[in-house]
Amino acid sequence: MAPVVPRSGDAVFANVERVNAELFTLTYGAIVRQLLTDLEEVEEVNKQLDQMGYNIGVRLIDEFLAKSNISRCVDFKETAEVIAKVGFKMFLGVTATVTNWDVEGTTCSLVLEDNPLVEFVELPDTCQGLYYCNILSGVVRGALEMVSMKTEVSWVRDMLHGDDAYELRVKLIKQVPEEYPYKDDE
Amino acid sequence: MGREVAESCVDAVVIEMVSAFCHKFYSAEPELAARRIEAIGYQVGHQLVERYTMDCPRFTDHLEAIKFICKEFWSELFKKQIDNLKTNHRGTFVLQDNMFRWIARISPNPLQENSTESSTPNDDNQAAQTTSMHLYFPCGIIRGALTSLGIPCAVSADISNRPACSFVVRIKA
Repeated sequence: MAPVVPRSGDAVFANVERVNAELFTLTYGAIVRQLLTDLEEVEEVNKQLDQMGYNIGVRLIDEFLAKSNISRCVDFKETAEVIAKVGFKMFLGVTATVTNWDVEGTTCSLVLEDNPLVEFVELPDTCQGLYYCNILSGVVRGALEMVSMKTEVSWVRDMLHGDDAYELRVKLIKQVPEEYPYKDDE
Repeated sequence: MGREVAESCVDAVVIEMVSAFCHKFYSAEPELAARRIEAIGYQVGHQLVERYTMDCPRFTDHLEAIKFICKEFWSELFKKQIDNLKTNHRGTFVLQDNMFRWIARISPNPLQENSTESSTPNDDNQAAQTTSMHLYFPCGIIRGALTSLGIPCAVSADISNRPACSFVVRIKA
């Protein structure tokens, strides 16, 4: 099947209400810092950030579908492209690249070279196990679950750990075929 | 214009943060949850004001600093200024935003997603409590901003005229 050319998220991003990224970046940073103080264990912070992201993804998917005018994606490949090109752009103003597909076409990587979450961030030695951007993996997982795709999402590259990019590995576990209660073209 | 993200990112993260601290980490201790949310705001206000005042001369008095919060600082955050500033000239300032965005986005009767089991007759009370939890964040931002401008203070919020919101700043002598 020929992959559909993914739409760009530029136009959608231009049309949503935007705020200066510092507020977002610093708010997220302050939350992570508070969680580190309160929960003490870095592992637990990773888990909670992922859970918070999941809750956010579950809600953001509605806004995404409403504002992006994306029609149904034919397969996981197209879905991944849409997340990378439209989803990331629409919310964070940056675009991810989809790469490293496995042969089955069920696992791929979303690569971010630019990431507004981490501006001004440096991990102290005590936090080396922290996946600072773990909220993003949760968002992707939560949003996909709302469109019937159960996934596992994990980090394989992280610039805060010295890598050259952020790479999020997304593995499709199960896809529940779904009958929508509404028509695509209402 | 610097870098931007969708406003819904900020909304989503703040709403989720408040919900996590109130319903998960400190569900039995609302005062502790409030203090944590305020502390997060404080940190944000402190860091933002450092960035926004990098090229400013130092403020010479309290009023000048408060005016900066009402104008430049508020505009950076909310794309509008504070609508009304009052003072008793004895260290108390009231900053009123007639249409506070962060109140407008929380519905008067918010979904209690994580606590459906407790949908008791005092739902109104709960909604009010959720809203007041949300207000600790901007109160913390203002306190953090003013403190880093050298003005230690206490900040509270009044939303009896929502969507207007009045922030009451009491400067510590």
